[in-house]
Amino acid sequence: MTRNNRPRGLYTALGTALLTLAAAHAADHPTAAVNTTGLAVTDTTVVVGQLHSATGTMAISETGSIQAEQLAIAQINAMGGVLGRKIEVIQEDGGSDWPTFAEKARKLLVNDKVAAVFGCWTSASRKAVLPVFERENSMLYYPTFYEGLEQSKNVIYTGQEATQQILAGLDWIAKEKGAKTFFLVGSDYIWPRTSNKIARKHIENVLKGTVVGEEYYPLGHTNFGSLINKIKLKKPDVIYSIVVGGSNVAWWKQLKAAGVTPDKQTILTISVTEDEVLGIGGENVEGHYSAMKYFQSLDNDNNKAFVKAFKEKYGADSVIGDVTQAAYLGPWLWKAAVERAGSFDVDKVAAASPGIELTTAPEGYVKIHENHHLWSRLRIGQWQRDGQAKVLHESELLEPNPFPEGYQ
Amino acid sequence: MDRATGITLRILRGHADLIILAVLILIVLPLMLDIFRLNLVGKYLTYAFVAVGIVLCWGYGGILSLGQGVFFGLGGYCMAMFLKLEASDPASTSIQSTPGIPDFMDWNQLTELPWFWEPFHSFAFTLFAVLAVPGILAFVVGLAMFKRRVGGVYFAIITQAVAAILSILIIGQQGYTGGVNGITDLKTLLGWDIRTDSARYALYFLNGALLLTVLVVARLIIGSKFGKLLVALRDREDRVRFSGYDVSNFKIFIFVVAAMMAAVGGAMFTLQVGFMSPSFVGVGPSIDMVVFAAVGGRMSPVGAVYGSLLVNWARTAFSESFPELWLLAMGAIFIGVVMLFPNGLAGMVDGMKGGFIRSTARLGGPTGASRGAPVPDQWPVGRPRAPTACERGALEPGGSVSVTGPSDHDLADRQGSLAH
Amino acid sequence: MEGLTLEEFGAILVMQGFNGLSYFCVLLLMALGLAIIFGQMGVINMAHGEFLTIGAYATFLLSWLSEHYAPWFMPYYFLLAVLLGFAAAFAVGHLTELALIRHLYRRPLDSLLATWGLALIMQQGFRSLFGAREVSATLPDWLLGSWQPVSGIDIPLNGLFVMALTMLLTAGVLILTYRSRWGLQMRATTQNRVMAGAVGIDTQQVDRFTFALGCGIAGVAGAAFTTIGSTGPTSGSLYIVDTFLVVVFGGAQSMLGTVASAFSIAQASSILEFFMTGSMAKVSVLLTIIVILMMRPEGLFRANVRR
Repeated sequence: MTRNNRPRGLYTALGTALLTLAAAHAADHPTAAVNTTGLAVTDTTVVVGQLHSATGTMAISETGSIQAEQLAIAQINAMGGVLGRKIEVIQEDGGSDWPTFAEKARKLLVNDKVAAVFGCWTSASRKAVLPVFERENSMLYYPTFYEGLEQSKNVIYTGQEATQQILAGLDWIAKEKGAKTFFLVGSDYIWPRTSNKIARKHIENVLKGTVVGEEYYPLGHTNFGSLINKIKLKKPDVIYSIVVGGSNVAWWKQLKAAGVTPDKQTILTISVTEDEVLGIGGENVEGHYSAMKYFQSLDNDNNKAFVKAFKEKYGADSVIGDVTQAAYLGPWLWKAAVERAGSFDVDKVAAASPGIELTTAPEGYVKIHENHHLWSRLRIGQWQRDGQAKVLHESELLEPNPFPEGYQ
Repeated sequence: MDRATGITLRILRGHADLIILAVLILIVLPLMLDIFRLNLVGKYLTYAFVAVGIVLCWGYGGILSLGQGVFFGLGGYCMAMFLKLEASDPASTSIQSTPGIPDFMDWNQLTELPWFWEPFHSFAFTLFAVLAVPGILAFVVGLAMFKRRVGGVYFAIITQAVAAILSILIIGQQGYTGGVNGITDLKTLLGWDIRTDSARYALYFLNGALLLTVLVVARLIIGSKFGKLLVALRDREDRVRFSGYDVSNFKIFIFVVAAMMAAVGGAMFTLQVGFMSPSFVGVGPSIDMVVFAAVGGRMSPVGAVYGSLLVNWARTAFSESFPELWLLAMGAIFIGVVMLFPNGLAGMVDGMKGGFIRSTARLGGPTGASRGAPVPDQWPVGRPRAPTACERGALEPGGSVSVTGPSDHDLADRQGSLAH
Repeated sequence: MEGLTLEEFGAILVMQGFNGLSYFCVLLLMALGLAIIFGQMGVINMAHGEFLTIGAYATFLLSWLSEHYAPWFMPYYFLLAVLLGFAAAFAVGHLTELALIRHLYRRPLDSLLATWGLALIMQQGFRSLFGAREVSATLPDWLLGSWQPVSGIDIPLNGLFVMALTMLLTAGVLILTYRSRWGLQMRATTQNRVMAGAVGIDTQQVDRFTFALGCGIAGVAGAAFTTIGSTGPTSGSLYIVDTFLVVVFGGAQSMLGTVASAFSIAQASSILEFFMTGSMAKVSVLLTIIVILMMRPEGLFRANVRR
């Protein structure tokens, strides 16, 4: 049913044969038939939108997503596009400001009539644009791991929701380290708080452990000395950390400086990817654990090809974090859904999405669930000095469950 | 009959700028733009409410607040709370563990509506709160500051701290406020769907009408005796005080007025954009809004509207074509308006009119009289600072050296008193 | 607190005390440059955070260079980076004064807007030059980890370094301000420009040097903060509100006031954060500062101000 019997290594499929095939392909799908709702689709092109922050505080995080989506689109175009049509991108800057995201989303959907949008990073930006997508009826491919508690016909969540990222990670650390006591730390906003809530329920009800402390610091906070002392006082088996942004760097540097080293203290985090390690410095996170669905060091052919293509396009020094990979999936999942539906119409694409499988994903195999989230695996990586993670554990395929019973 | 026409004509002439703006907002723009762009203009115009307040506060009163975004935000939140309650009726929130409360409360394990949300079921109360909540906060802050004679730079920095506190609280208390996501997914106002095109048109015109009302109010204030006193205390606070006026009361009043204007803008923002976010309550947006006023001309309420329109239009245009360049352009606007056009667009227009100065400006004393000329002319490059307070007092009758720009009296005073 | 011996409790107490001191030094280092620029000159430099960032990027650049071209230099580069941070920020500060600030001495609130614009431009400049992502200078080993005088007590090495640097710099600035010829001229100029000019002080030169010095100190702070914080295009803006509050709270014109205010704010934050959540501690500290400023608008130390 799905069209994933391509050779692995997506970009290798470049070739004149394919291009001729694609041209023929477009003729099979006359524009009038594949676009009944007035989207920006012509006989040779289809326009999509890209909506991230290129400026402002979030540009630090969103740059990787912008790059990955453009890479995927370039590769799809090199293979002949979607239904024989080249993808053209209109890129808009949300400027790290949520009302601007809403404004730009409306612009993309109402003025530019794009067929789909790849974008957003923070939950706040997604919440800001969601009503726009639902009202104007368009598709958003959202790449970030997030707190769950949301499901929309108009959004495909290509990152993990909270339970996928949290439960398996806690299970592993409890089993592997015999951890019984946990100290939860987070930046003071919705994602860390919701995630810690789920973590606490799991620790108390399933793992039969105890949470000896739960602390939140304002976004942008840079002095963690008191918190570190408080943690030393409680002597938890595990520090569970969800600190973000500039705070995250200060937090890890100060942990290291306070002698909180892996031999004395286990730390598990869900807010450190390769992107963050660039800013934190490998020497400061060395030996600690992250729970993510993707690490750049994953050892499979899809991923090797992806990393190679990414570095060719963006430089040998570039790194790929979890969200960057999830963003890369967006255009591929959309392509698969459009081809399955045989149409760009949003309703048909949305209806065709559940059940779409991607065997060529760098993270391995993913599949879209009825709730528009992805079935995916969770990995535990241990950070190395060079900023890469050693993957220690890989879970089975986890079902996404954005509204987890008993965790609210 | 003739007399009536004469009066009408005179009124028209005196307020030509206001009438031109009204024609632009209510007729020209709606005819020119599609509803998407018009809605954007409507959003820009909500910032103009804040900018008009800043003109009164800063241009006329000499009080620079870096926390006007707080009042914009509070007004917006009051309106958003009402709309959110309406959107969270038990039927549409039936999947929640506690139906009938806003979704973010449910996620945060709240099982009943917090007490301070209760009154926002009433639309009348909401309208009252939109003005009262920011008004009361401004009154308290103003009372505490101005009675203690905190002014100028200190006031600006303390308002920054107020903004920081509120933004930490709003983001941290997400069960009650929606946190960093803000209050989103607002649907109807008294059963009227605010997301349709027709509603957007209606809200745009309502917004325009309110803005024009605010401009008329601003003009009335400026033209009154109070307005003259305001300028007087900006330029020579001590003298006004020695004349027997309680200066702090004037400052508190104008600060509260500016806060309420900002709040109306915030409420209209919520209605037109469909959500409210804590990002306005930070320091950055507040400073941006000061620049809207500065671009338009810090002495001109009508200019502030043009300033808001122009800067925001530029922001949208730039970020659609060159996102990377936007910050550079915005920075250049900040610097340019301060260095080259301290009186903004209004100053340039007046300059072109060649010395024709409206009565309000003339009443503004030395600064008002120099309104047509850019401030740097008064302090050529490399020229020493104007004399400090003691010398100033002696020189003042001559008036040649004592010309003070808006808002710099505080430092002069500080230095002056140091010199004693 | 089961399982906590008296010794461990004592160790926490010591480390908490050190944390207070070390936060004091961070605040002081941030505020010192601004105390000169804002406190002495009256210029509201909203780009102060970006001058910090210049120092941080200078450190990163030097770290990257020595890592790639002169690995033998790695252990020592950081000392040079502090100097480079100073030099870079000093140079940019000098230019800024020349192009911008000197026109604005009479208009403090306008200097606020202009420098805010400058801050935006500098942020975008960093982003274009170094990329939007955060970077991290590789720290030499002697700055990593902690010093353990006795088992159970970990004293952060980077904290010690920041502390030593702060002491040196503060002493230097105080001596320069109150004991040197330049300091005399600077104080004379800021107190009464006309008279200072009349007695033969080149006030323009003094202004330029003073402003650049303040920026240079920010650059040093930025270099030092790479050991404890992040380096990115917007990192500097994290500090700006706090920094202004420290200076204003201390009494803008008093250097000693800045020291006292940094000390009290740091101790209060450090202790409150230990006993309540981070967000609430921050709000309480800010509220207390505002209330105290309402009661004493001139800050902790008033410099013989008559109103």
